[in-house]
Amino acid sequence: MTFQPETERQHTISVLVDNEAGVLARVIGLFSGRGYNIESLTVAEVDPRESLSRITIVTSGTPMIIEQIKAQLERLVPVHNVNDLTLSGPHVERELALVKVRGTGDGRVESLRIADIFRARVLDSSTESFVFEIVGDTGKLDAFINLMEPLGLVDVARTGVAAIARGPGEI
Amino acid sequence: MAHDQMNGSQILIKALENQGVDVIFGYPGGAVLPLYDALFQQNKIRHILVRHEAGAVHAAEGYARSNGRVGVVLVTSGPGATNAVTGLTDALMDSIPVVCFAGQVPTHLIGNDAFQEADTTGITRPCTKHNYLVKDVGELARTIHEAFHVARSGRPGPVVIDLPKDVALATGPYVPASKVKHKSYNPRVKGDLALIKEAVELMATAKRPIFYCGGGVINSGPAASQLLTELVRLTGYPCTLTAMGLGAFPASDGQFLGMLGMHGTYEANLAMHGCDVMINIGARFDDRITGRLADFSPGSKKIHVDIDPSSINKNVAIDIGIVGDVAHVLEDMIKVWKSTQAKPDGKALKGWWKEIDGWRGRDCLLYAHSDKVIKPQYAIQRLHEATKGRDDVYITTEVGQHQMWAAQYYGFEKPNRWMTSGGLGTMGYGLPAAMGVQVAHPDALVIDIAGEASLLMNIQEMSTIAQYRLPVKVFILNNEYMGMVRQWQELMHGSRYSESRMEAMPDFVKLAEAFGAVGLRATKPSEVDGVIADMIAADGAVIADIRVDQAENCFPMIPSGAAHNEMLLGPEDHTEQPSSEEGMVLV
Repeated sequence: MTFQPETERQHTISVLVDNEAGVLARVIGLFSGRGYNIESLTVAEVDPRESLSRITIVTSGTPMIIEQIKAQLERLVPVHNVNDLTLSGPHVERELALVKVRGTGDGRVESLRIADIFRARVLDSSTESFVFEIVGDTGKLDAFINLMEPLGLVDVARTGVAAIARGPGEI
Repeated sequence: MAHDQMNGSQILIKALENQGVDVIFGYPGGAVLPLYDALFQQNKIRHILVRHEAGAVHAAEGYARSNGRVGVVLVTSGPGATNAVTGLTDALMDSIPVVCFAGQVPTHLIGNDAFQEADTTGITRPCTKHNYLVKDVGELARTIHEAFHVARSGRPGPVVIDLPKDVALATGPYVPASKVKHKSYNPRVKGDLALIKEAVELMATAKRPIFYCGGGVINSGPAASQLLTELVRLTGYPCTLTAMGLGAFPASDGQFLGMLGMHGTYEANLAMHGCDVMINIGARFDDRITGRLADFSPGSKKIHVDIDPSSINKNVAIDIGIVGDVAHVLEDMIKVWKSTQAKPDGKALKGWWKEIDGWRGRDCLLYAHSDKVIKPQYAIQRLHEATKGRDDVYITTEVGQHQMWAAQYYGFEKPNRWMTSGGLGTMGYGLPAAMGVQVAHPDALVIDIAGEASLLMNIQEMSTIAQYRLPVKVFILNNEYMGMVRQWQELMHGSRYSESRMEAMPDFVKLAEAFGAVGLRATKPSEVDGVIADMIAADGAVIADIRVDQAENCFPMIPSGAAHNEMLLGPEDHTEQPSSEEGMVLV
């Protein structure tokens, strides 16, 4: 193996863990303690019978750092497996955002038109505001939020990335 | 089944028995009273009452390192647990199997800022291999068995079990260790055979090879050291050891180049720098070993055997990384080497040894002897001379110059005979560690080679030593300075000795006597042998105060931020090479 230490790349890593107290703190503590980046992190129980949760982490680093992150994650006792979706083949990523926009008149109409183009849904409406729900990859959400900025963007809540491999195989 | 029901404290005792625990090091307090009550009512497990919880963990480390078993600690909640943190971190850095039970306030008070409450699992999460908070007595037995499994398997390390007082009193079932399955933690021990074959092939074609081995060999058990010795002799290649690995290969063997790294030998470091194939067995490319990374062994292919996948490619890019237990991998390597009838390039190897012998000829550990003042190196050499050939000598150290001199001048022939705080560099480690070693080996000669500054950090343990009549010998190289701090101030900070002088030191002879031990002192070189002989002959504990040259520095030295081929060999060297800005930042 040879490394080119200068090339940083974004990786989406899927980690299957025991759903127990403190497991998220272990993962986050690992990243902060060793100085790794977390760009996005989602966690929820995915197998109630076996009490397993999936943590999806988007991080970036050189190949050496990414390899370290995975090895360090694998070392944690409650971790069952670690999968680098970016390296292991094609996968899909989705994120959901709730976007509140305040405005009246033309701005209000424009926000609704853009929402239609992005296939965002209106979850809540008042005479001077909308709450949009938008689902997509991170880039699409960023683009939508940027367009809403001049139209009266108030608040954004994002879930972070959930990801899964394409095809019939397990992650 | 009714007979399997018992209270939490009894479950703990039973689980410890089940795990083969014969001794625990601890200190009682409010939150662990039920556990101490259960200890009182049994006779199988011995409890050693320490004088400070840091001492308990270091003692458990000394116990574990000298006999390969898991060290067990019991402390109370709050300050009991926080006092244990240094020891736990030390055990984590040096991969020592320790299980530490900490009392906790009852579950209904957790989070209420109760008396002697601390978030023990939160505090110890980054300084343990794993930790548990047991809230249900039904989970207690399983958790204890899993904790021992985690502590001793894979890369060993410390595990904490936080035990609320109400759980220790509640009634629940006992589950024996044989019934516990470990769902997620089952580290790999056998190395990948294809990679091992590739590694052996590379080894056989090497022209300038070197074995670089560390604490992983010790941790893998005495068989690993024997296998390493066999492989090194089979190949005829040179071998160097890290401070953690001393004893894994006999120091008296002609193929041994001494310790490597910051205070390693000239020949070991230059051989590392100039090698073409590096065979790393159970070492982790620590910054004390590599020096400036960019110039670390630039021309070599690197093989790395480690049980911890995260050690491979962490600091240094590896060509062949083999994940597995050192003993298993070495066994396979020997088999493959023999079956392929590997024949190293004899001519190249001869040239390589000639080059190494040239470096050896510099005699880098030579120091200016004096008959007026005791040189610290001389004191260690005489101690080694007086104890040579005995199989039952165990050395612990504190941290600093004396530690490096001990590593350089005391030759270790066997594993598990050398206990030193390598990764964390914990001053105050040596005395309690020696205590733990002596508990594990009651009849052995256990010597803490100490500095006067470090020793005072856990001097209270002399009281424990007195209570249990442990015949620990403390051999102080007393230079009235924090010697290593003073050395760095001399070399890098213009000899401004800021706060490194130890003034108003106790009279160590009287101090020994105050604790019921024998106090000895040597102030002249001619007295050293006599003091050592008296120390060894004494039945009980001894503090030997060896007053050494205050200005002596520890050489050779790779200044921080420098490469292996930029060593300082002695006092004459350092004036020519002021340390770089980058080097100054490093520790």
